Amino acid sequence: MNQSQPPTAPADAAPPPLTPALLARLHAVCGHDHVYTDADQLRTYESDGLLQYRSTPGAVVLPASAAEVRDVVRACSDAGVPWVARGAGSGLSGGALPVAQGVLIALTRMRAVLEVDLPNQRIVVQPGVTNTEVSLAVGPTHFYPPDPSSQIVCSIGGNVAENSGGAHCFKYGFTTNYVTGLEIVLADGAVVTLGGKELDHPGYDLLGAFVGSEGTLGICTSVTLRVIPVPEAIKTMVAFFDTTAQAGEAVSEIVSGGVIPGAIEMMDNLTIQAAEQAVGAGFPTDVGAALIIELDGSSVECEACFDDVVAICERNGAIGIRIAEDEADRALIWRTRKAAFAAMGRIASNYYVQDGVIPRTKLPEVLARIEQLSDEYGMRVANVFHAGDGNLHPLVLYDGEAEAAGAEELAGRIVEACVDAGGSITGEHGVGVDKKRYMPRMFEEPDLAAFQMLRCAFDPRGLANPGKVMPTPRLCGEVPGPYRRHPLERDGVAERF
Amino acid sequence: MAHPANTIRGEAPATALDAAELLHACALERTAVRIAGSGTKAWGYPGAEPALRLQTTALHAIVEHNEGDLTAVLQPGVALGELDDVLAAAGQMLALDPPLGAHGKATVGGVIAAADSGPLRHRYGAPRDLVLGVTVALSDGTVAHAGGKVIKNVAGYDLAKLFSGSFGTLGLIAEVAVRLHPRPRSQATATGTTDDPATLATAAGVLAHSSLELQSLDVRWRSSLGMVLARFGGVAAGDQAAAARRLLSRAGVQAAAVEDDEPLWEAQRAAQRSAEGGAVVRVSGRPSQLADACVAAQVAGGSLVGRAALGVSWIALPAAAPGELVTSIARVRKVLAPSPCVVLDAPAYVRTHLDPWDHPEDAALVLMRRVKARFDPTATCNPAIFVGGI
Repeated sequence: MNQSQPPTAPADAAPPPLTPALLARLHAVCGHDHVYTDADQLRTYESDGLLQYRSTPGAVVLPASAAEVRDVVRACSDAGVPWVARGAGSGLSGGALPVAQGVLIALTRMRAVLEVDLPNQRIVVQPGVTNTEVSLAVGPTHFYPPDPSSQIVCSIGGNVAENSGGAHCFKYGFTTNYVTGLEIVLADGAVVTLGGKELDHPGYDLLGAFVGSEGTLGICTSVTLRVIPVPEAIKTMVAFFDTTAQAGEAVSEIVSGGVIPGAIEMMDNLTIQAAEQAVGAGFPTDVGAALIIELDGSSVECEACFDDVVAICERNGAIGIRIAEDEADRALIWRTRKAAFAAMGRIASNYYVQDGVIPRTKLPEVLARIEQLSDEYGMRVANVFHAGDGNLHPLVLYDGEAEAAGAEELAGRIVEACVDAGGSITGEHGVGVDKKRYMPRMFEEPDLAAFQMLRCAFDPRGLANPGKVMPTPRLCGEVPGPYRRHPLERDGVAERF
Repeated sequence: MAHPANTIRGEAPATALDAAELLHACALERTAVRIAGSGTKAWGYPGAEPALRLQTTALHAIVEHNEGDLTAVLQPGVALGELDDVLAAAGQMLALDPPLGAHGKATVGGVIAAADSGPLRHRYGAPRDLVLGVTVALSDGTVAHAGGKVIKNVAGYDLAKLFSGSFGTLGLIAEVAVRLHPRPRSQATATGTTDDPATLATAAGVLAHSSLELQSLDVRWRSSLGMVLARFGGVAAGDQAAAARRLLSRAGVQAAAVEDDEPLWEAQRAAQRSAEGGAVVRVSGRPSQLADACVAAQVAGGSLVGRAALGVSWIALPAAAPGELVTSIARVRKVLAPSPCVVLDAPAYVRTHLDPWDHPEDAALVLMRRVKARFDPTATCNPAIFVGGI
């Protein structure tokens, strides 16, 4: 479509300020009240949830409809200006960091639930609807399982971009397992419908490619989600262990025994201390690990499995088990877990949240490595862990700006340890700007080239959220024509290795 | 097969790199390559007969089985049935139970490339939901990886999903990392029968919206008689099946508990494929269309099996003159529009005289062509079989 045009410059070369002509078009599309260009207004949007990175866009626009989004994107396309989509701005990898002098498209005004279709277990929403609002809209009979900790504020559009998970995704899956349809706008302004309420639309699984693409393939204007019936019963317990290794053994035995808990979360001693100070749930602060296990499903199945789980914990050295007596007690246990990040403020002045994934069986060796790194850097590291799926959230604690660089370096060493253990640099926070430098630890050049093929199919000019995900800026160039050979290839000289 | 296989050159590369080099050589020569596993699924447009057949028979290793992590790394030529035997020994399974084809030889690569699935999909998802990472051989001669070996991972683009269901048109899936599940400790099935499609759909809906934890929730419609089949797996499978039976009874169907349930489910799987000379149409519908789909199958003289809560059904039409099949399929599509009705098994005539993919010329197709053009610009891999003639 735009293949005849020259590719735009990579994001690192700062583009010129927005032209009056483009600003006039943005005003015409969104209305004067919904285009921000004053420095004070722009400042609100210069970071997302990862405050280490800041960049000031040329304008922030707040479209109110799919048509306005399309027209904003078309205006940017015509002007050759890059843009970034932003939901609630709660992301933790700098994925919604603006491009300097680019356009930031904030979707906070697109908060309508478009359709609730319970007979087909679907809901259609605009991207600015929050994660929690989706479950509320289909309750009390149904719910939407992915539940990132930020679910009260984070938007579905952001969840789609990041393929968000949460505490319950080991059993129920991630955002990508629940998105059945999307309406997207490509960077050239084309509106594309992918999937729908039905599963298995013929053709490439572009839904699967789009979810988790961190805003680099386009912007979604409507999202169709699968929702499921609420479980009949929920049983929650906390088991306390002397060591994280014992707790890890218990997790492995529970999972391999055929029980798939709704959630299984581990907190280490430092995390327990901080969370207990914040919430006061009565967790003992002298234990090595707390394992929160929640079983949900049919009552008979829950009851039958619960005794098994208790027995497994005891067999693996649990020194205490607390079973939630009622809904209030269950809420208290979860509040303790979900307060873990914020509670770090009580034991350190600053902290850096890391997000890595390891094969579950590598937990003891990776935790030992983290302890070693913690000693080496002289900084404390607290660990919170989605134990079922191996998603580790080490929190590097530090004091003051002087230690910030060291803390970040330590956090980087931790993700490297995750990759070395056969894991991933990110389980749910995304690559964004923050982790693109680690991408070469996981992916080699041909892998990155294949990623770029996908990106170029969607956005050959690189206007959608440039400078994210890929470790270095890349251009697309033209698609080779079907019958055009490179001269070297034609002469039989070419070797691509 | 339109031509005897011996007129076509066959190659079975032993490594991903060999496969990529072969594809690249073909790309340079403009030789079309047909990528196939054991060849149990001749779906899509017949396409032109290729000069070369790339088979995955030499890529047949179970590379890793990480029992403690419930993951495995597999080469594409591994037969699903043989894999199941290996995993069963550890009390685990790859939760993919599509029909295994004529000789029971369906391969991991073929099933993933065709996005095929069976009754277990209700609980565990489709291939796209179970594949954690892929290694692909591309026609530019490179071998690329995406995803990883861990259950949770959002680093990089999800090419595993892009290649799942891509029918080999983007390149060869040379290795996959998959998520495994524990085998259920016990299983039990409740069934409900009725001769009224609307009652069948209602009864299936009651279970789909119940808080029972189903392993599979299927329906079938054959010879004016319908059945709901609900299977449970776990510690309390029998108790859950009993509860399902009560719900089915209340929904007005003839409910029963089935002890020896495996043959019932094997029949559900088998009904996703057609007899020689017949056709199978996969309906990507909505649960609310279930009664209409049953009626459409009956009017066309065929039968239906489906995943009730997912809205995906397979309508099998008995052997008939190809022209009649084309007419019948067109009628089914008209009744169930706009739900896509993809023709799977069918004589080549049928797959030539209608669009087997039931895909409109829309913006999504334009984008799919752009994806194809980036990954396989020379149209070397499985040309002209996929949507829009990709």
